[in-house]
Amino acid sequence: MSGAADNHGDETVRQIKSALGERVLDFQQRSPKRIYLEVDAQNITETAAVMSDELRGRLQTASAVDGPQKIEILYHWAFDSIGLVVSVRTRIDREQPEIASITTICPSAHWIEREMWELMGITFAGHPDMRHLLLLDDWPDGKYPLRRDYRKD
Amino acid sequence: MAKKKTTIIPVGPYHPLQEEPEFFKLYVEGEKVVGLDIELGYNHRGVEKLSEGKDYEETIFLVERVCGICSTSHPMACVQAVEEAGEIVVPERALYIRSLVGELERIHSHLLWLGLAGHFLGFNTVWMWAWRYREEVLNICERVTGNRNHYGMLKPGGVRRDIPPAELAGIREMIDALDQPLNMFMNTIGDDPLIQARTKGIGILTADQIRKFGALGPTARASGVDIDVRRDHPHAAYGLVQWNVILESNGDIFDKIMVRIREMFESIRIIRQCLSALQTVLGPIDANPKEVKAGEGIGHYEAPRGEVFHYIRSDGSNRPVRHKIRAPSYMNVPTNQEAVIGETIADATIILAAVDPCYCCTERMAAVVDPETDHVVIAGKQLMRLAHEKTERLKTELGHVGPDLKWDG
Repeated sequence: MSGAADNHGDETVRQIKSALGERVLDFQQRSPKRIYLEVDAQNITETAAVMSDELRGRLQTASAVDGPQKIEILYHWAFDSIGLVVSVRTRIDREQPEIASITTICPSAHWIEREMWELMGITFAGHPDMRHLLLLDDWPDGKYPLRRDYRKD
Repeated sequence: MAKKKTTIIPVGPYHPLQEEPEFFKLYVEGEKVVGLDIELGYNHRGVEKLSEGKDYEETIFLVERVCGICSTSHPMACVQAVEEAGEIVVPERALYIRSLVGELERIHSHLLWLGLAGHFLGFNTVWMWAWRYREEVLNICERVTGNRNHYGMLKPGGVRRDIPPAELAGIREMIDALDQPLNMFMNTIGDDPLIQARTKGIGILTADQIRKFGALGPTARASGVDIDVRRDHPHAAYGLVQWNVILESNGDIFDKIMVRIREMFESIRIIRQCLSALQTVLGPIDANPKEVKAGEGIGHYEAPRGEVFHYIRSDGSNRPVRHKIRAPSYMNVPTNQEAVIGETIADATIILAAVDPCYCCTERMAAVVDPETDHVVIAGKQLMRLAHEKTERLKTELGHVGPDLKWDG
């Protein structure tokens, strides 16, 4: 059972590598069930299409981590039949945090992107319905609670 | 979404039936629901931000309070994320105790939902009986953990409290006493023509819709989507015991009821095997980690409502740099936007409740005050009346009075 699962896991790893090719900037398999890979922000929609449409992964969620110069976004994809989670990392400029929306590929990203926009201040180009999800509609512009430099007034 | 001739029925911001803060705007044409908009954010508490200021042991207590019903599910995902980041190995005995508590929680959560579903449909007997036996489950929880809820059992590296061998037989007796009531629910609710008339073919979600929304848990399994984190990504003792993933195929309300009832029998199976294992698998219950290395980790667990997901980033200090929490209702609630379309207002009550939504889980983030106090809100009594009227009408048509819940025990 576990042997078969490992083989499927290897097969998926091979498929990810061949489908993304040169776009993979960094690839780490930290355990048989966890892979972290990094792609350029420009390639995020193509990567999402590979993960969702070609390999039938399930978008678990995406989360952003604020850093000194860059904001990191991690898209977590689950491959349930083989017990694998692939986290796709991408870094965007903190001063101009913009990235393409993946909602056309993955409708489940609707709320996820709205949440990241209002709490981390990331602009998702092409999101069809960008408005506040968790915060008030009249929440002040440019104040993002999960940023490191956010201060309560 | 809002077209000409549509009327908006606001349900919320304080949901009149589920008694939690969220806001559904139902767009209706006559009796038919043609659209739905969901507003969240009436009860943000800032849990992710708070977590960055707490050390790893405190974080577990914090996430335990994300939700009162899933008070073991969030810690279960969180400790796994910390353990993965810190490369901590958990002793086997602790794994069995984790699964035992997790499954007790699943039974009481499913019974809670079953009771509410009965109430929303107009079968208050189902409500009373389901909650009466939920009390028995809470008594077992108290015996095992010391608390009826908010068990405080989990910690990074293991569990806080052992189950003494002398207790095991007594706990098993209490578990055995659940067989008869669960069978009663299975038979009477499954066979009742009136419940079938109210729930079959109502609020259908197809497997494609489930995939599109990324829906999880019993909601997905009722539509035949074969996912369960306990089997697919084994953790705690789930890879060490025998049990089955419960699947139905139609994706309607009836199948969502059946998935949850049948799952409780599997939970009992898991609990019995855990109790047996605890007699033979002895040893420490805690790896006592002294530090969490710099790194990152993912933890996910099959909560009663579906996969709960935690991501932790550690910089080697004693508190997380980033802690992301995603509860199952966050993925499940948007499915209402399609499940409710084309149905009547009388059925909307049960459809909106069918995913077993948990609003306090879905909203975790900042303190806000409701600014919209001038909304005309549909009162709980009105919604209930519509739902109950439909049941009464069907009763007359079918000449049947509803589930005959009797058990002489």
